[in-house]
Amino acid sequence: MKTAVIVFPGSNCDRDLAVAFEQATGKKPHMVWHRETELPEGIDLIGVPGGFSYGDYLRSGAMAAQSPVMRAVSDAAGKGTYVLGICNGFQVLTETGLLPGALMRNAGIQFVCRDVKLTVANSQSAFTSHYKADEEILIPVAHHDGNYFADAATLDRLEGEGRVAFRYAEEVNGSARNIAGVLNEGGNVLGMMPHPERMSEAAHGGLDGKKLFDALASA
Amino acid sequence: MNLPKSTHAGIGAAIPISLKDSPAMKARVTITLKNGVLDPQGKAIHHALEGLGFGGVNDVRAGKLIELDLADGTSDADIEEMCKKLLANTVIENYRIERA
Repeated sequence: MKTAVIVFPGSNCDRDLAVAFEQATGKKPHMVWHRETELPEGIDLIGVPGGFSYGDYLRSGAMAAQSPVMRAVSDAAGKGTYVLGICNGFQVLTETGLLPGALMRNAGIQFVCRDVKLTVANSQSAFTSHYKADEEILIPVAHHDGNYFADAATLDRLEGEGRVAFRYAEEVNGSARNIAGVLNEGGNVLGMMPHPERMSEAAHGGLDGKKLFDALASA
Repeated sequence: MNLPKSTHAGIGAAIPISLKDSPAMKARVTITLKNGVLDPQGKAIHHALEGLGFGGVNDVRAGKLIELDLADGTSDADIEEMCKKLLANTVIENYRIERA
């Protein structure tokens, strides 16, 4: 499996994500700068990492969504390439329109940085197939704008179509219906606020995040 | 300085006249959260106002103001597109355009 990690000015989880991709696939990912207009040939999985792309100007992810490389990412997603957006990457994917909804300021106003319990709401996707249905896992979050919002009809549709991948098992940021991660219609794009790449080695204090990368590597 | 206009008549008079004919176009875009969308910042401001003893505030909503300095010929439709594509996230925000 060939992977790529997108790098924006202000990304700060790109190298952690690259390590997680390499551990799962055995190959170093291509690091792709935001000014690129094309992705390398034959990429199977694109990571949109966490951080503070473009200083979170205007809205988190809003400027990155307009960068040249995101057009290439959108085209690839349309052709079925796997796209994983984590934290700021999730915000970028909603701003790009690859995923529905928006991520607003945390309901408690404060930046939340801690390990949180999640429930795997869909264990059938390419991203989550190594988890058991309703499995409770521990993954860290670190965000200011993680409060997932979508209108009631969109939320009903996401739930009805099994597109909620993860839910918070505890109150974290005020997200609608405790949604922590959502899939696109085709099931090949996942956005999530928690950081699985920060729970992928024994030294991280757990391996619950590693299963996501292993699932993708075998997808 | 408040020089009478006649002082400038003569050499260079064409410049102020042409400027007067095409004043800089400005637009002001006000971005607000849609009704029903929780506004934690507004809530915090409301709370702080109450803490200062201002009891008469029923609700606070925080928004954004963006001023655009525009080239001649920028149409209302252009500004509308700017709002939809970038300035506002229409999932959660409304925008209002005022031309000045």
